[in-house]
Amino acid sequence: MKRIVLLMVVCMLMVGVVGCGQGKTNEQGYYDKLNVYNWGDYIEPAVLEDFEKEYGIKINYENYATNEEMFAKIQAGGTDYDVIFPSEYMIEAMMNEGLLQELDFKNLPNYKNIGDQFKNIAYDPDNKYSVPYFWGTMGIVYNTKKVDGKIDSWDALWDEKYKGDIVMIDSVRDTVGITLKKLGYSLNTRNMDELEKAKEALIKQKPLVKAYEVDAYKDMMISGEAAMSLAWSGDAMLLIDENPDLAYTIPKEGTNLWFDAIAVPTTSKHKKEAELFINYMMRPEVAAKCAAYVKYATANTEAMNLLPREDVENELAYPKGDLFEKGEVFIDLGEFTTEYDRIWTEIKVH
Amino acid sequence: MKKKWLSIPYALWALIFSIAPLVIIAVYSFCSRSPYGKIIYKFTFEHYRKFMEPIYLNVLWRSLLLAMISTVVCLLVGYPMAMIISKASLKKRNILMMLFVLPLWTNFLLRTYAWMVLLRDQGPINQLLLSLGIIDEPLKLLYNTGAVTLGMVYNFIPFMVLPVYSVLAKMDECLIEAAKDLGATSTQVFLKITLPLSMPGVVSGIIMVFMPAVSTFVISDLLGGGQTILLGNLIQNQFLVARNWQFGSAISMIMMVLIVIAMTISSKYKSEDGGGLW
Repeated sequence: MKRIVLLMVVCMLMVGVVGCGQGKTNEQGYYDKLNVYNWGDYIEPAVLEDFEKEYGIKINYENYATNEEMFAKIQAGGTDYDVIFPSEYMIEAMMNEGLLQELDFKNLPNYKNIGDQFKNIAYDPDNKYSVPYFWGTMGIVYNTKKVDGKIDSWDALWDEKYKGDIVMIDSVRDTVGITLKKLGYSLNTRNMDELEKAKEALIKQKPLVKAYEVDAYKDMMISGEAAMSLAWSGDAMLLIDENPDLAYTIPKEGTNLWFDAIAVPTTSKHKKEAELFINYMMRPEVAAKCAAYVKYATANTEAMNLLPREDVENELAYPKGDLFEKGEVFIDLGEFTTEYDRIWTEIKVH
Repeated sequence: MKKKWLSIPYALWALIFSIAPLVIIAVYSFCSRSPYGKIIYKFTFEHYRKFMEPIYLNVLWRSLLLAMISTVVCLLVGYPMAMIISKASLKKRNILMMLFVLPLWTNFLLRTYAWMVLLRDQGPINQLLLSLGIIDEPLKLLYNTGAVTLGMVYNFIPFMVLPVYSVLAKMDECLIEAAKDLGATSTQVFLKITLPLSMPGVVSGIIMVFMPAVSTFVISDLLGGGQTILLGNLIQNQFLVARNWQFGSAISMIMMVLIVIAMTISSKYKSEDGGGLW
C-alpha cells in the first residue's frame, strides 16, 4: 500500500515540476506566454494574433465583466495575470492596495501617442502605473420611434410615460452616480443625506424600470423592446450602427466621464513582456484597429488620424470642449463603498 | 484494513474542498475589515449584527418565501410526474426517465437563457398569442417574480422527481392491492398507503429543491432583471462589489445554519431502508 501512496506523491511532484517548466524563453529572448485579462468585447481579436506572430509570445486571453470581479480575483491572489484593463477608480483602489506595478516608461516609447489631456489625471496623478486605453461618457440611448422629441435630461428616465420601457444598469456606481448628477450632487459624494435622496429617487423610479441589466440592455435596445436605457457611449455607437432608430444623448446635468487604462498587476512575473504588450497596444495602427472594432473613443491621438472621419468627428463619441466640465470622473469611495452597497440593497428590496 | 485505504481520496477531497473552505468562511465572518476590504484578523461580531438590520432580514424573508413557493410548486408538479413514471411499464419507464433527464445535459445557464428568449416581449410565446389575436400587446412575462419562480421550478424539478420516483418505484404493489381488496377507494389508497410510504422521498426532494432555490443568484439576475435581490445576490455583491468578504461570509454562515436546521428536521422522516438520498 505504501508503494501506491509513494507513487501518487511522485506523480504529483512530477506534475508540479512539469507545470513549472512549461513556459520558456523564445528565440527573441522573451518569455513565451502572456496572461491578458480584459473586459469582454474590448479588443480587436486580430490585434492579439498579430502580437503573437510578431513576438512569438502566446497570449492567454481572459475576460471579466466588472472592475470589481477583476479586483477580487487579483486581490485573492493565486492568479498570474500580466496585463489588466482597469477603470480609473479601480486603478486608484489598486494603487492604494499596492496591487499595481510601477511602469518603466523607457520601455513605453509609444506613450507619446497618447493625447496630453489624458495624461496625469487625478486617478494616477503622476502617471506611473497606467496608460489610458479608451475613454467615454455615460448617457441615455433611446429609440426615436418610441420617444417623442429629443431627450436632454436624466429626468427622462423618471418619466411616467415610459413606464416599463426603461432599462437601468445593474451597477451601483453607475446607476446611483447618474441619479446624484440628476439631483445636482457629485457622483463621488460621501454625504449621507445626498445619498439618501438618491435612494429615494431610485425607489420612486423602480416601478417604471423594466430591468436592471449590464449587457442584456443592448439586445433590448436593438430589438426595440425598450424605449430607453442608460448606456456607455461606445456601446451606444455600436447600437446605433445596428438600429438606426436609436439615438444617444449626454444629459445636460453632466455625467460620468470614465477612462479605462492598461496596467500591470503585482501578480505578473513578466513585466518586460507586459510592457512590450502595452507599448504594442499604443501603436497608432493597433489602437486604431481596436477603436474601430470596439467603437469607444481612443485616448491615442495618433490613432485618431487613422480612423474614419465620421467616427472621430461624432461629438457623441468624442465630445468637444472641456471634457472635465461635462463629466465627473469616479473617485474610489474607500470605506464608503459599503454604504453605496447598502442603499443599493435597499432599493432592490423595496 | 485494506478497505480503509479506499476512503483516503474522498477524505482528502472533503478536507481540501469542503472542510477547509468552510473553516475559512467561518473565520472571515468574524474578521474586521480595512477600508478596502482587506481581511484583518481581529475578532468582531459586527457582520452578524449587521445582518439583523431590517433590510437584510427582508432579503432573507424574500429568499425563503420564493424558495418555499418554488418548492411547493415543484412538489405539486413533480409528485404526480414521479407517480406516472413509476406506474409505467418497465420499457416505457426507461424512455420516460430518459426524456426527463435529457434536458439536464444542457448547461444550466444555457437553459435559463433559453427561457429569456421564450419569455421576452418579442419571443415566440408572445408572438404566437399576438398572431392568434388572443392578446393585443405583448404580455410582460419576463423580469418579474413569476419568471424567477418559473426558472427555479424548471431547473430544480428533477431534484424533486428523482427521489420521489426512486421511493415509489420500490414500493410493494401488494400493499396497494391488499388495501383495494379490503375496499379502500383510490383516494384512500393514496392518502393512507402511497403518500405515507413515499414521505422519505418527498422530504429528500423538498431539501434538494429548497437548498439551491434559496441560494440561487443567476436565475433572479437573468429572469428577474435584477429587480429583486435574493440572499445569493446579496452574497455575490459582498464579494464582487462591496469589497466586504467578511459580511458575505457571515451571510453564508447564516444560510448554512438554516440549511442544517432544515436537514435536521427532515432527518426525522428518514426511513430505515434509506429510501431518501441520504
